[in-house]
Amino acid sequence: MKYIILLLGALSSLFAIETQEIVNKALDTTYYQGKHLKAKANMTIVDSLGRERIREAIILRSNFDDKKQKYYVYFKKPSEMKKMVFMAHKRVDADDDRWLYLPALDLVKRIAASDDRTSFVGSDFFYEDVSGRSGYEDTHELLESNDQFFVIKSTPKDANSVEFSYFISEIDKKTFLPMNITYFNSKNKEYRKSEILEVKNIQGYNTITKARMSNVISKTYTNVLYSSIKYLENISAKIYTERYLRKAPKKYLK
Amino acid sequence: MLRFILIVLVGLTLNAAEYNGYVESRVGVRLHDNTYSDKMTMSELRLQLGIEEETDDLTFTLVSDFIAEGLDNKQSQNFHDGTGPIDLRQANVEVSPFEWMDMKMGRQIITWGTGDLLFINDLFPKDWNAFIKGMNTEYLKAPTDSIKASLFFDDLSLDIVYTPLFMSDRYVNGEAVSFYDRSTSSFYGQDNILQTDTPNKYFSDDEIALRLYRSINAYEVALYYYNGFWKSPSGFSAASGEARFDTLSVYGASIRGVLAKGIASAEIGYYDSESSAVIDPLKRNSEFRWLVGYEQEIATEFTASVQYYEEIKDDYKEYKNALPSGSIIDDKTRQVITLRLTKYLLKQDLKLSYFQFYSPSDKDAHTRLGVIYKFNDELISEVGANIFYGDKDHTFYSQFRENTNAYISLRYAY
Repeated sequence: MKYIILLLGALSSLFAIETQEIVNKALDTTYYQGKHLKAKANMTIVDSLGRERIREAIILRSNFDDKKQKYYVYFKKPSEMKKMVFMAHKRVDADDDRWLYLPALDLVKRIAASDDRTSFVGSDFFYEDVSGRSGYEDTHELLESNDQFFVIKSTPKDANSVEFSYFISEIDKKTFLPMNITYFNSKNKEYRKSEILEVKNIQGYNTITKARMSNVISKTYTNVLYSSIKYLENISAKIYTERYLRKAPKKYLK
Repeated sequence: MLRFILIVLVGLTLNAAEYNGYVESRVGVRLHDNTYSDKMTMSELRLQLGIEEETDDLTFTLVSDFIAEGLDNKQSQNFHDGTGPIDLRQANVEVSPFEWMDMKMGRQIITWGTGDLLFINDLFPKDWNAFIKGMNTEYLKAPTDSIKASLFFDDLSLDIVYTPLFMSDRYVNGEAVSFYDRSTSSFYGQDNILQTDTPNKYFSDDEIALRLYRSINAYEVALYYYNGFWKSPSGFSAASGEARFDTLSVYGASIRGVLAKGIASAEIGYYDSESSAVIDPLKRNSEFRWLVGYEQEIATEFTASVQYYEEIKDDYKEYKNALPSGSIIDDKTRQVITLRLTKYLLKQDLKLSYFQFYSPSDKDAHTRLGVIYKFNDELISEVGANIFYGDKDHTFYSQFRENTNAYISLRYAY
C-alpha cells in the first residue's frame, strides 16, 4: 500500500512537471518566438455600445540571454499618441524597467511597474497580456487532454496579487498556442476571455495574427491585428535605449 | 507676412508625408477680485499643425500654433515669447552624420533631469505664464533655438546643446500673470509690465548645456553642466531700472531608478551666480539646490508621487549684511514639498489629477487640479484650476494669489 502511494505521488509530480512544461512551451511560443521580431499592431477597442477606439503601433521585440526581453512600441495612432514610445526591459525574476517618451515635452519618463494587471493603453488587454505572465506565478493542473487541446487550470500562488481566482487555457497540441483562455473570479464566474482568432505560419513560426480580449461582464472587447510581421536577423540592442526614445529608429519603423 | 507663412504651411502640409495636430478652444477665468489683471486669463482658439518630412538622411519637423485671441488685452506677435497669432513650437532638422552621433538643429523642445514640475539641471526655457494660466502641461516647456549634438559611446552618452543667443524663459512679467516685485514693493500687472534688459548679442550672449549620462544596472545616472544666464530675471539694474539676467553656471548630477515597488530619483545642482567680490543685493546669490522624489502605483490605475526640494543660499551671512535695511530677508533655505495623485477611470478615458506644491519655509502653496475626459480618440476636454495660497505678498506662490484661476478646454485632434 505504502508503495502504491509513493508511486502515485511520484507519478503525480511527474505529471505536474509535464504540465509546467506545456505551460512553459505555450508561453515561449506566444512571447519568445524568433530572436528578433517586428510587427505592426492595430487595436480596436470596442465598448458596450459598440463605439470604437483605435490604437496603431509598430512593435520591436528582441530576446536576450536568460529570458531577458526588450520591447519598443512606437505609437502612430490616435493623433494624440502619435510618436509616443513605450519601452520595456523585461526580466524573469524581477520587475520590468519601463519608460514612456512624451514627444510634445521631449520627456523620457520612467514608469513604475507594480501592477501588471491594469489596462494597456485603455484596451481590454492588461499589460501582462502583452508582455507575458511568468509560468511560475501559478500552479498548473492538466484537466484534460483531448484530440486538439491540452486543457490546463492555473491557480495563482499569490491570490492577492491578481483579480482572478483561476484561469483555464486550451493549448493547441500542434502549435502550443493558447487558443482560448478563460478567467474566473472568486464567485467561480467566467468574466474575462482571451481568444486567438487567426494563426499564420510566418518564416516557419506559427504566429498570432489576430486575437481578442473580451470582458464578459462589462461587454467590452479589444481586437488586435498583427501585420507586416517579420522575424529579423538582428535588431541592434542599442534601439532599446534612451537615444531611440528621443529619436525614432526610422529604418525599423518603415 | 502671416498670410505668406500660412500659405507656405498649407503647401507643405499637402505635400508632407505625415501631419497631425489639433484645434483647441480654451477659456480661463480668475476667481478672485483683481487689481492688476483682467478677469479672463485665456480666451483662445488654437490650431496646432505639425508636419514631418523625411529624406533618407534628414528629418524635417515643423510644429506651429495659430492662435485667435479673444481677450481685450491682446499681446503682440513675438516669436520668442509665443505671444500673438503664431507660436512656432518646432522647426528643426535632424541628421545622424555618424553611427555614433545624432544632431538636431533649429527650434526644438528639450527636456532632461528627474524632477516633476521642479527643475534643477533642466535650464531650457519654460513658459511660466502658460503653466500658471492652466494651458496644457506640454506648454510648460517652451522651445529653444539651439543646436543639439548627441554623442553615443559604448556605455556613455553625451548631449551638447549650444544656443547661440540666450533663450530666456517665457517668464512672468505682469502682462498675462501679475506678480510681486520686491525692489519696488509693488505688484506688476497688465498695465505695468516688467521691463527687462535681455542679453541680445549672438555668440557672446550664448548658452551651453551638457549632459553626460549612462545606465548602471537599471539606474540612470547623469552629470550636467550649464553656462549662460538665469532663465528668468534674477536682478535689477539700478541705473536703468530694468530687470536683468545675470550670468549663471550650473554643475549638477542626478540618479533615477527602481526602488521597492516604485521609481526613486535624486538630483543636485550648484547654481554659481555672477561672481563678484562684494555681494550685490540687486543680484541673485549663488545657491545649492537638491531634490529627492518617489513615485509608486498605490492602487489600480492610481499613482502617487512625492518630492522634497530645497534651495540653499550660499554666502548667507554676506547676503544678509548686504541687504539695505528694511529689505525682506529670505530664509537661508527654501523648501518645497510636492504631492501628485493621478487616478484613471472609465478605461482611462477619465483622468483625475491633483498636484500640490507646498513650501514649509515660505508657508505658501500652489494647487493644480485637473480633470481630463476623452469623448473618443479625437475629442478631449479638460477642466482644471490653479489655486495659490499664502499670507505674504513676496513669497513665490503667494505672489500669484490674484491669478488663482479655473479653466476649461475642448480639443479636437486630427
